[in-house]
Amino acid sequence: MNLFAKLMRRSETAVFLIVVAIMIVIGAINPAFWQADNLFNLLRANVVIGIMALSVLIVMVSGGIDVSFPAFAAAAMYLTVLAMNAYGYEGVVLPFIGATLIGLICGLANAFFIHTFRMIPLIVTLGSASVVRGLLLGLVGTSIVNIDRMPPALIAFGRSSLDVGGAKLSVMVFVYLGLAVLVGLLLTRTMTGRSIFAYGDDAESAKRVGFNTRRTVYVAYGLAGALAGFAGLLHASMIWLANPRDFVGYELDVIAAVVLGGASIFGGRGSVLGTLLGVFLLVLIKNSLIIMRIDNTWQGVVIGCVIVIATALTAWRDRKTLA
Amino acid sequence: MNKPFDLSRFVNRDNNILQLILITVAIFAMMSWLEPTKFLRYYNFESISFIFPELGIVAIAMMLAMLTGGIDLSVIGIANLAGILAGVFFTKLFPGDPAAGMAGEIARVAAGVMLALGVGLVAGALNGLLITRAKITPILATLGTGQVFTGLCMVLTGGPAIVGFPAYWGLIGNGKLFGIAVPLLIFVAVAMVIAVMLTRTSFGLNLFLIGTNPRAAVFAGLKSDRMVLYSYMMSGTLAALAGIILSGRTNAAKSDYGTSYLLQAVLICVLGGTNPAGGRGTVLGISIAVIALMLLASGFQMMRFSNHLIDFIWGGFLLLVMVLNAFRNRA
Repeated sequence: MNLFAKLMRRSETAVFLIVVAIMIVIGAINPAFWQADNLFNLLRANVVIGIMALSVLIVMVSGGIDVSFPAFAAAAMYLTVLAMNAYGYEGVVLPFIGATLIGLICGLANAFFIHTFRMIPLIVTLGSASVVRGLLLGLVGTSIVNIDRMPPALIAFGRSSLDVGGAKLSVMVFVYLGLAVLVGLLLTRTMTGRSIFAYGDDAESAKRVGFNTRRTVYVAYGLAGALAGFAGLLHASMIWLANPRDFVGYELDVIAAVVLGGASIFGGRGSVLGTLLGVFLLVLIKNSLIIMRIDNTWQGVVIGCVIVIATALTAWRDRKTLA
Repeated sequence: MNKPFDLSRFVNRDNNILQLILITVAIFAMMSWLEPTKFLRYYNFESISFIFPELGIVAIAMMLAMLTGGIDLSVIGIANLAGILAGVFFTKLFPGDPAAGMAGEIARVAAGVMLALGVGLVAGALNGLLITRAKITPILATLGTGQVFTGLCMVLTGGPAIVGFPAYWGLIGNGKLFGIAVPLLIFVAVAMVIAVMLTRTSFGLNLFLIGTNPRAAVFAGLKSDRMVLYSYMMSGTLAALAGIILSGRTNAAKSDYGTSYLLQAVLICVLGGTNPAGGRGTVLGISIAVIALMLLASGFQMMRFSNHLIDFIWGGFLLLVMVLNAFRNRA
């Protein structure tokens, strides 16, 4: 009973129950929802947004916010694909390392500005997003790399799937879950992870108890950039297309998913499990709009309302725990 | 109030205005040197005087939110929604009647202006209520409502731009009065009203106090919630005004117009000496900053820089200015 009460108080439980409820409703309206194909597709749609959400989760736990990851993801993806084409490279390991490194460097630049000059993360990341996107589109190019010019190795990697009872489950789902476990272990089982939580809760206290806060900021934003870069290339390999204008507007969806998952924008709160559920809930709502035949143009309104309601609920929860 | 004008005090007011004027002069000199034939033409300055007011008004709207330590990421959504609703009003609900004379036309446009400003007021009130009643952080609240407003624009237009605004509506964005661009006159009027409100009324003082120390403001008995609500309502109304000018100038309204204005408005606020953490900011600073950046952008456009590279320059400039401010505050 005690365990049950504890479970009920966690925000993950609430999100999980909402997810189940929505799934039951959608299943009742359109039974095709429960087909393995559809469910696996749903999971596949979680992958890229999910990895980006892990990136935003780390930053948000550290008390910051990041709106630059879509630009970083686009830069990492586009530059890597162009480099693969230029050298006719046939593998996938090196490109993914390259994309991750590009993201890492961009993230470290964010950390540099935020830590050295004590700037507000929102404004720094707004600026760095515009710098990276402007350089990418202005100097590198605006043309889309179509499927006929995409490196075949990348396409093959993105297509790899497991056969589960006749339906195909993308292997990328396991890549995503593996990364989630790694980020979860980092945040909860290592001193670095604890320092990110401590820094997000109260930067001054974290400094006084002896955490190296400079290192914490660099780890948080660097890791966030690296995950964004990785997610960017993964996206290209899953849709067989590299568009340098891609990911515009992703910041809203991803931040919404992380907030839905119970992370606090003030820092110090948030969990990987909650984020996974938040991402699933967001993708579920977006996809079910299509299944329930609601016009596409309503998507923005629905997502916006979800953000507002979710943040209102978390604010209400935070106030109750403070009182 | 009748103190003699004291230049050193004026300049020392956090030293920012002087730095700004220097930046503006430097940009002006650089552009005149690089592109003397094109940059130094009357036509260039005239076209700037039509284009910058909408951005300047958006920046003032952003500053009002920043004064209390907030931010309004929904300004562009509000501006577009106001323009689009006015467009729907003119084309679907209240199409022009050829028989109606000039007075009828003017009344129709006036009703459209009222509708657009009303939309901004309501949208701003929604932001304010979410921030003060539901206690949502301004970033998330306005991020969410901005998405809702832009989403409503998509629903109303279905994607393409709304065209067919009345001729008098176009005058708001394209007209001239006594040889001066109407948008410029509107901007000057708005800037003066807001400047007087911020420096000469208790409401303005309250906003600065709340931004400097919200806790102390509550203990001092200020009606913080109400003041913050009013500031977001004003911010929304100003955003709608910018939307009116934008749709008047281009004779069209679309759900994704002016998306780059958001970053630029933040940049102008920071450059103009507004503290994003609250408590500091002047309309004069914003006005000089917006002119400086417009000179910069028009100069680079003449040198045939692509719009993407200009985006890069805006972003780099934002980071640079913040670094400069950080050094200055340290000294």
